[in-house]
Amino acid sequence: MSVILGLALAAGVPADLGHSQLPDAPKEAQAAELMGTLRCLVCQGQSIADSDVDMAADMRRIVRQKIAAGESPEAVRGWLIERYGSYVTYDPPLSWTTAPLWLAPLLLLGAGLWLARGTVRRRRK
Amino acid sequence: MRRWTLWVPLAVFLAVVALAAWRLTDTSETVVRSALVGKPLPEFSLPAMVEGKPGLSRADLATGKPRLLNVFASWCVPCIAEAPQLMKLKAAGAQIDAVAIKDSPAAVKAFLSRHGDPYARIGDDRDRLVQIGIGSSGVPETFVIDGQGRIAAQHIGDIREDDVPKLLRALEDAQ
Amino acid sequence: MIAEAGLAALWLAAAMALMQLALAALGLRLKQDELVAAVRPAAIVQGALAALSFGLLITLFLRSDMSVLLVAQNSHSAKPLLYKFAGAWGNHEGSMLLWVTVLALAGAAIALLERKLDRATLTATLGAQAFIALGFYAFLLVASSPFTRLDPPALDGLGLNPLLQDPGLAFHPPTLYFGYVGLSIAFSFAVGAMVTREVGPVFARAMRPWVLAAWVFLTIGITAGSYWAYYELGWGGWWFWDPVENASLMPWLAATALLHSVNVLAARDGLRAWTLMLAVVAFSMSMVGTFLVRSGILTSVHAFAVDPTRGSFILVLLAIYIGGALVLYGARVGRVKAGQGFDLLSREGGLVLNNLLLSVILGIVLIGTLYPIVAQAMGEQLSVGPPFFNKAAGPIALLLVAAMAVGPLLNWRRDDFNALLGKLTVPATLSVLVMAGTFAAAPGTGWMEIVGLGLAAGLSVASFAPLWKRKLLRVPLFTWGMVVAHFGVAVSLAGMAADSAFTSERLVAARYGQPYYVGPWRVVLNGVAPVMGDNWSAVEGRVTASRGPVDGPMILLRPQRRFYASPPTDTAEAAISTRVDGQLYAVLGAQDAQGRWQLRLWWKPFVTLIWFGGGLIALGGALSLIGRVKRERRNVKRREEAEL
Repeated sequence: MSVILGLALAAGVPADLGHSQLPDAPKEAQAAELMGTLRCLVCQGQSIADSDVDMAADMRRIVRQKIAAGESPEAVRGWLIERYGSYVTYDPPLSWTTAPLWLAPLLLLGAGLWLARGTVRRRRK
Repeated sequence: MRRWTLWVPLAVFLAVVALAAWRLTDTSETVVRSALVGKPLPEFSLPAMVEGKPGLSRADLATGKPRLLNVFASWCVPCIAEAPQLMKLKAAGAQIDAVAIKDSPAAVKAFLSRHGDPYARIGDDRDRLVQIGIGSSGVPETFVIDGQGRIAAQHIGDIREDDVPKLLRALEDAQ
Repeated sequence: MIAEAGLAALWLAAAMALMQLALAALGLRLKQDELVAAVRPAAIVQGALAALSFGLLITLFLRSDMSVLLVAQNSHSAKPLLYKFAGAWGNHEGSMLLWVTVLALAGAAIALLERKLDRATLTATLGAQAFIALGFYAFLLVASSPFTRLDPPALDGLGLNPLLQDPGLAFHPPTLYFGYVGLSIAFSFAVGAMVTREVGPVFARAMRPWVLAAWVFLTIGITAGSYWAYYELGWGGWWFWDPVENASLMPWLAATALLHSVNVLAARDGLRAWTLMLAVVAFSMSMVGTFLVRSGILTSVHAFAVDPTRGSFILVLLAIYIGGALVLYGARVGRVKAGQGFDLLSREGGLVLNNLLLSVILGIVLIGTLYPIVAQAMGEQLSVGPPFFNKAAGPIALLLVAAMAVGPLLNWRRDDFNALLGKLTVPATLSVLVMAGTFAAAPGTGWMEIVGLGLAAGLSVASFAPLWKRKLLRVPLFTWGMVVAHFGVAVSLAGMAADSAFTSERLVAARYGQPYYVGPWRVVLNGVAPVMGDNWSAVEGRVTASRGPVDGPMILLRPQRRFYASPPTDTAEAAISTRVDGQLYAVLGAQDAQGRWQLRLWWKPFVTLIWFGGGLIALGGALSLIGRVKRERRNVKRREEAEL
């Protein structure tokens, strides 16, 4: 994705998108939701939506610029993952490494049901 | 409950202890590395930061000869510490370009006159567009770019004395 | 002098714990009554000594004694009195001393108040409590002493982190610790029962009030913590699935399952193995939480101690205590006789489902919290946050809420499906109506929020169903407790769903006098002026807001940006206005080059229901506790009268 495009967009928009919202409400909603799930790289465990530091504002600016340009939130997330790895997203992408994590709820439910069978089985005659 | 299931919680617990123990002994610092190491530099073009020095674009880093890309700022304290090492690298023949983060021309000019100017080009990245675009997460960082504009290596943090030969060797290897 | 006295009291408390353990172990082993008789007094003295030590630490902070290292590092003479007091536990060593004090006081409470349990099990319980205390005394005395001197004394201290200079600090850690560490009582009871093999309704009835008490405190502690983070951190979030937050949630989940499971054990002598396991797991989660929060292996915005060496110490303690209890479990529980059987569709069946779902949520939270470390071991750097936890645990939590509506209506042993359907018609219809209505009014709302609102509506009706057609004054207090607590869950869920679905946010670069709009509100920044506090200076915005007609009633909000001198920090103090139907939340940012002020505004409909619901849940627990104690006293009296 070209960074030149970002600069061109920035030149046309008067407000600093790191600290202000997109005028298009649905796009801003998309951007806001995405920013709540992206990690601030220099903070102690905050999303870029919640952090006050400069770098978070710069990341927010880039996210809003890309969404305004029509990119999908998943594409923007992918762009950041391309640059920083999965660390930057709070929504771990499904892969062989994260499969145990995402399958855990089903596995736990299954294991629990199997254990509970043993408990409930002792029915009253 | 079946007999062997009674021991499952203990087994799970021991696994957690093992994991925690490993993590406690693993003292490697958690730094966020760029995921673009080994990949081509994204396209970019930055205006000049200071008068008399050209700005920086991707094309300037794909000239056929490996170059160093230094991410710095005049307000960054470790950048002052690494300035002498950058001068040494330049003296040893390394070609160094820079990207200045969230900076102003006056401040950068003052920085260069006080601490030395090893840079051929300095790009004005006041919105961190390029810094984020190449996967850098702080200042200072130094990237080794090969002749075809691919990121060969990333050095996070200020350059120390013993990093100088390592970087020179990295430049050699990137030929 | 005072510092040395505090340290001495702590050493004596540790010595008393050692003696308590020896007396209990030897007394039981050798069957010596004199030894056993001394265990209770030892526990009481231990509690008193630990409390004395903690009291002396507080004295040091109140006096701003800068010759004590901890005070110099964490306090300042200019601090308001409340924060000198609460600041005693606003750091690692002080909060660890509070932890250990609560542990010792819990043991003393058992010794003073427990009457139902048989002698042998009570002795084993107190022995277990002493054994746990010993490890943590050792940790304090060897690796985290709060009483170390500073020579020469500092002229003044470094001050308390401004984010902690808030009434929340006076409230959240103590209530949380009473809950968190209070669960050690259930743990010790379980260990005691596994040692003496006395697991039955008597044991359950004895343990129940202690579980309820700890659970009530834990519920209050988590609710208070959530509200504190919401207004202090300045971005309107009340839960981030942060490791420290999860560390307090996991014991709560286990304790909730435990307090339901213990009812089955008390009423029907069922679920013995589950109840024992949950009692062990609950406090184990507390200890694991303590480890996670203080060892630094996970990054957190709430982290207040990062020390791998101390972490290793705690990990060893964990291995001994939790490992020991789990070994005892594996060895003994196989021989614990199973209780009476029951049908799938029965109160017991419902409670088994409850146990199951809560345990699954607990497992998901544990795995999600630890997974970044697992990934690191596999060579990858990952972040696991709200998107995972919400998607993974959310649906299961919604299932649990549905089960909560049905469970209390079920009969013990077995129930009739058709009769049950009859009782559920009204709540179910209401749920469907609310879901349809929400979808019609706001089609873009997420499915979880819609289902959440629907279930909240259904549960709020269903939770009162156990009272239907009964003489309200004759209904036992503990049944009222259940009704109120379940209703509280419905209220809280409604708040969570409403906040997630209907919050409006506006971020503006505000000029003076210009109106901006957020939700139904018209907001104007009138001016920004400097303001001074005890130990801070600030710039304060004067924001007026109104809704409806332009000349309607105005509310005034004063968001600040504060600057503290020691330690030098700046914080944003949010301004919140609570209305009947929600909160208006304003945060002042920085001024830009054109003189405009960044203003972040939120309108959060019904968000206060979240914490109001939490309060109701705790109230329900308290009513249950009082109800059970009263019922027990009545039963004892009746038994005594019958014997006469």
